[in-house]
Amino acid sequence: MRKCFVLSGFLFVFCLGILAQEAGRNNLPAIELKDIDGKSMNTSNFSNQGKPFIISFFATWCKPCLRELSTIHEVYEDWIDETGVKLIAVSIDDTRSSANVKTLVNGKGWEYEVFLDPNGAFKRAMNVNNIPHTFIIDGSGKIAWQHTSFSQGSENEMLEVVKKLMNND
Amino acid sequence: MMSKLLMIFVCISFFLPLKSQSKDFFEGGTLTGNLDIKAQYYLKDSVIGAPDVPEKVLSNGSAEIQYRLKNFTTGMRYEYYLNPMIGTQAEYKGDGIANYYATYANEQFEITLGNFYEQFGSGLIFRTYRDPALGLDNSLRGALIKYMPLDGLTLKALMGKQRYYWEYKDNLVRGVDADFSLNDGLCFLKNSKLQVALGASFISKHQEQSLHIVGTNKINFPENVAATAGRASLRYDKFSLEGEYAYKINDPSALNGYLFRPGQALLLTGTYSKKGLGIMLVGKRVDNMSFKSDNQQQSTMLNLNYLPSTTRQHAYALPAIYPCETQANGEMAFQADVTYTIPRGSAMGGKYGAEVRVNYSRVNSIERNWRPDAQEGTYGYDSPFLKVGKERYYQDFNVELTKKLNRSTKASMSYINLWYNKSVLLVKPNEPNVKANVLIGDLTYNIDNKKSVRMEAQHLWTKQDEGNWAYLSAEYTIAPNWFFSVSDMYNYGVSNEHYYSFVGAYTMGASRIQLGYGRTRAGLDCSGGVCLYKPATNGFNIAISSTF
Repeated sequence: MRKCFVLSGFLFVFCLGILAQEAGRNNLPAIELKDIDGKSMNTSNFSNQGKPFIISFFATWCKPCLRELSTIHEVYEDWIDETGVKLIAVSIDDTRSSANVKTLVNGKGWEYEVFLDPNGAFKRAMNVNNIPHTFIIDGSGKIAWQHTSFSQGSENEMLEVVKKLMNND
Repeated sequence: MMSKLLMIFVCISFFLPLKSQSKDFFEGGTLTGNLDIKAQYYLKDSVIGAPDVPEKVLSNGSAEIQYRLKNFTTGMRYEYYLNPMIGTQAEYKGDGIANYYATYANEQFEITLGNFYEQFGSGLIFRTYRDPALGLDNSLRGALIKYMPLDGLTLKALMGKQRYYWEYKDNLVRGVDADFSLNDGLCFLKNSKLQVALGASFISKHQEQSLHIVGTNKINFPENVAATAGRASLRYDKFSLEGEYAYKINDPSALNGYLFRPGQALLLTGTYSKKGLGIMLVGKRVDNMSFKSDNQQQSTMLNLNYLPSTTRQHAYALPAIYPCETQANGEMAFQADVTYTIPRGSAMGGKYGAEVRVNYSRVNSIERNWRPDAQEGTYGYDSPFLKVGKERYYQDFNVELTKKLNRSTKASMSYINLWYNKSVLLVKPNEPNVKANVLIGDLTYNIDNKKSVRMEAQHLWTKQDEGNWAYLSAEYTIAPNWFFSVSDMYNYGVSNEHYYSFVGAYTMGASRIQLGYGRTRAGLDCSGGVCLYKPATNGFNIAISSTF
């Protein structure tokens, strides 16, 4: 009985997957998060005035994540001038270090919008397995691109994707 | 019975849309999911204590899917442990649907049936979460209701049974929580510079009990055990102050030595931050706060609460040899953390500026005055709330300096001074305390737009425990797809063994495949007061992860 259930489950996922691909890009799920200033926001309302934006999952203890956000920080002003893109950083630090997120972000002088996801609700809803994990959301609020892990130079690919989305819109 | 009904409910909600066969229907809905597979081919390596694995190959994995349609979300996760990998609890052996749920949410209501993960406040009395690396999943299966009657106010109520490997224990967990952000809810505070948020929570567990005999004592265990917590957060301009206090009534358990003394915890955090400077101070007291839905349980499972460690979590390999986790039976802790950016163009900052991070933490015991009749089944001890105990558990002072040297080179230096109570934190009684110094250099060089090299050199000095360690690693990446690394961790104090590792990985979008060969040392892996001992291994490993 259980085997049958598992098998039919997989078959079902396969069918749904094909249909979902036809349906195209996905919207953002609706999860209530607080930013580092304590203000609540629903993730389905994330937007950038019709322009593409980036969502980057990170944690204060994740070295590659900090490298990614520091690298983008160095070119962030140029990116904004060039494309009007913005970056929303979502910390998955739990209460061990979630209070540290605000002081670290300000201490580093980052100008991102930073949200806290201390029990991973948004992370689970976005199916993030490992961090860093970065999404680019197009002007209509759909997930257009995603990438896991960070290597120096990947930020150039992100900018290319953003520019391409700008031209398509 | 309840779980079967739920299963049928989730099943129906999955298959309903399929039956309709309407493409329009699917255009409004989204299907997402993820895969995570790990496997290792084990080689026996008696020198480092890597066990002989008769099956040769072991693998853990999971696949999760979610289907969203308007206000409705449903999902499930399949997990397999064939057989559990070395370092994963043997009780996980097998496979099956470990998690399923259906959620309906609108502007004001959210109702979830099935498995859920939830946290009240900072988690001192309730947090369910999953950490696959530790084999940890304490999710509840039952019902969770959230209600937002007005802006800023969230009420939650839940009831369920807790996951225990492949089963759900009969013990019931019930809880309510209220969270109120005054500035969102009260119009006259809308534009106030002072921001206030308050919260309160209550959790109760029920466990059927009969008269227990522990040693020669008859102990009458309470059937219902409640815990409650209150929290407040204040923000004004660049300052913030947050605090939570938790209280748990008598909960004699295998972990606290069957004492009837109530439990208490206090967590206070203050911050000051502006652009270029962030300061954080944390104070914590934990007294008799281990809280499980089964009071006889001593494993990593069935935790109801989360007691965060208030020490810095080190990401580098050598300081991670000495992890610090919260002592649920009692500790007093303090932490200070400063992040500062030295501005560009200043004498110290140079052309690109520099970043400094300084962190100090200290953990001591609580003061315990044992009552003359103290033994299993009695109250136990008294403890003055604000008095710091004499025994030191942990101390860490660390400084990290990061600087961009030129257009293509970035360097980082760290110094860490550790004081480690091995008999308490590693549960190795009568072993001497460890005093260690660690120095780390980390250099990234960008060869061109896509290729870069990163090198790490680390050294740990100590006269105790296993003596000195040296560590070297080199990484080569071709963005955005390729990653290669070689590393060696060498002990030249006691064992004189090399722990080498070779890794290659290919990433395409949100999918990553990683192949490796190497040795891993035996050690503790910890999170949230839960530590799991992982034996040494040697072998070839593969990891595949994908989000779709």
